[in-house]
Amino acid sequence: MALTLSTGSGFWNPVVWLIAIAFVLLVVYLLWRQGEAGYNRGSAQVKPFISGNPEPAKKAVQMPASNLYWGFTEALSGYYARVIPAHTGIVTDYLLWVLWVTAVLFLLVVIT
Amino acid sequence: MFANLPYLAVATLTVIGLSTVLLKRNLVKVTMGLNILTSAVNLLIIVLGYREGGIAPIYTLAPQTYMVLPTPQALCLTSIVIGVATTALLLSFTMVIYRKYGTVNVDEIRELRE
Amino acid sequence: MIPQFLWDHAPAMAVAVPLLAAFVCPLVGKYTATGRKAWVLLAAAATSALALFTAWRVYTLGTWVYVFGATVPALSVPPDSGGIPIRIIFEVDAMSALMQVIVAIVGFSVILYSLSADGKRSGLEAYYTLFLLLIASIVGMVSTGDLFNFFVFFEISGLASAGLIAYRVEAGRAVEAGLKYFVVSTLGGIFMLFVIAILYGQYNALNIAMLAERMQFTVLDKIALVLIIGALATKAGAVPMHFWTPDAYALAPSSVTALLVVASQASLYGLFRFTFTLYHLSLNAATVGWVLILLGVFSMFVGVTMAIPQKDVKRLMAYHAISQTGYMLLGVGTGLAVLGNQGMLDAFGRMAIAGGIFHIINHALYKGLLFLTAGAIIYRVGTRDMNRMGGLGHKMKWTMIFFMIGALAIAGIPPFNGFASKLMIYESVYLFNPVLAIIAMVVSILTLASFVKVFHSIFMGPQLPEYEHVKEVPAPMLLGMGILALLVILFGLFPQQVVDLLITPAANALLDQSGYIASILGGA
Repeated sequence: MALTLSTGSGFWNPVVWLIAIAFVLLVVYLLWRQGEAGYNRGSAQVKPFISGNPEPAKKAVQMPASNLYWGFTEALSGYYARVIPAHTGIVTDYLLWVLWVTAVLFLLVVIT
Repeated sequence: MFANLPYLAVATLTVIGLSTVLLKRNLVKVTMGLNILTSAVNLLIIVLGYREGGIAPIYTLAPQTYMVLPTPQALCLTSIVIGVATTALLLSFTMVIYRKYGTVNVDEIRELRE
Repeated sequence: MIPQFLWDHAPAMAVAVPLLAAFVCPLVGKYTATGRKAWVLLAAAATSALALFTAWRVYTLGTWVYVFGATVPALSVPPDSGGIPIRIIFEVDAMSALMQVIVAIVGFSVILYSLSADGKRSGLEAYYTLFLLLIASIVGMVSTGDLFNFFVFFEISGLASAGLIAYRVEAGRAVEAGLKYFVVSTLGGIFMLFVIAILYGQYNALNIAMLAERMQFTVLDKIALVLIIGALATKAGAVPMHFWTPDAYALAPSSVTALLVVASQASLYGLFRFTFTLYHLSLNAATVGWVLILLGVFSMFVGVTMAIPQKDVKRLMAYHAISQTGYMLLGVGTGLAVLGNQGMLDAFGRMAIAGGIFHIINHALYKGLLFLTAGAIIYRVGTRDMNRMGGLGHKMKWTMIFFMIGALAIAGIPPFNGFASKLMIYESVYLFNPVLAIIAMVVSILTLASFVKVFHSIFMGPQLPEYEHVKEVPAPMLLGMGILALLVILFGLFPQQVVDLLITPAANALLDQSGYIASILGGA
């Protein structure tokens, strides 16, 4: 039973990879076991520590999904300013795009 | 020129259908434009089966001459039925959209965008 | 042990059983609702069994030719026909068999999922009827060897999908999505009918094998090729004809969305079938191959960059479906571009086609899984807006694990199946043109970024007070997701087995036009 996927110019063996990862995780576990064993549940040891300030409400610290990649969308704002308005939502525009692509393909395939 | 008249009709209907679908703003007119396009291609299929001087392709009591091709007629019938179902579904969608949105203008039916 | 009836008629029964079950479904549902659920599950199980049996027989014994209405099902060219295959013929070769495997697995899982996810809605007779019709039409689309039959199944799938997308009216938004999908699909159908008219008018044949034999690449054939690429790429969701995809996939019920992904892939199968088998080397392989590659590259890039700013979880996943379709187009387009050059075809062309085809089945599995997990979350939370979700990982642990498996698979992280097929695509496309492979890798990284965003905003974070009541989803939904997740893991751990058994025969069948013609016309 061949366990190695061979693409034409390389190979990939997932079972060997899993064994390697298992070995790494074993090492990680052994290191973790060297840590501090006991702690008191329900005491100040498990609460988040924010330099002694009171913890805000759970809703106030939640990062909503729209803001998570602000840096990325801001960096590509030139690209997004052109592509997002192209998605108008008008159904006749959808058909116009299909016809434009068919026309371009026509030029490429039939005429050249 | 006369022999090409059906093909000219197909081309005219196609252009009318495409321009209706792309330029009109009323959803019912867009549906009718698609219907016109379907009629155009049905006409093309039937015309391609025609043979000069042929009779209807029925064997019972038929004289011994050419018959027009029957397969395009079968294709066209199937296509007409599909066109009927398509138009019916599009029009019922239009009715529900009118009831919920209050408009059938494609420029205003844009709740889902980007 | 297997009845002779199945040995003779399984490809036709794989279409007939869901068709019949669909129309009996309202009758059963009139009397008992539980009876309808049992009937639908039984029909889905029977369809999957028949499709898997057909696929098994094709993989072991070769192409299966099934003629409708002949005295013997294998009699494709009757002696009094003058050498022309005159009836509607189903030709199931290895590529069709692969698509049937996909429909069998995904179809059964989503029906199992849908029995509990959509079980409490009204109008269920129509819903399950359309569902089974959609499954029947997809099985028919991938088995048929006849051009007009393909068009009929294409239209059935469009109609059934449009009805299913608009099922939950949702103040008109779902109906709007169904309308947009259906208008675009109808235009695609009209283009396809033009192609049928052009090809029939020239060659007086509708059978794909017969047309492939008679094909000379005249100007009308070039026009037909352009129209059919336009129509099928639109239905598959390639950019820039992809605008219907986010609307339709977001507003359909989640089990329907998973099946719509398979329907889009059946259109992609149609595209490959027509370019590789119908036209083969008669077309200008370099130009058409580059057309597919460019469509693929645009799909990959625009799909993933539009996905990142989305806040509707299913709309985001729909943009990723567009992006992954780009991978398939890129892989198979590379194979098509080197079709004329035997040296390059053997060096990396076959591997590219195999990678693209492997990606089809992998995508159906992990995208189906992702849409089903999104459906599970929506089922409990009631909204699709990610800004209002958070901290669901505390209560919905199984859903979180399935989502993680799906998200890591789509991003191409080892050891899941996405990595295996993406590796094949990267390595072969790199030998063709390095820039394309680099774009593909960047898109993969952006896919991972986008799914980290989804995972964090839905599952991570503190337990929010408004979601205290949220529990795990019912067992049939978990079972449906579990089947797909298990296959994602298994395909990832044993990729060489999958490639040897399923993918390489399919890629060879796609490249072997003379074998396809010989199966019907008898080696003439």
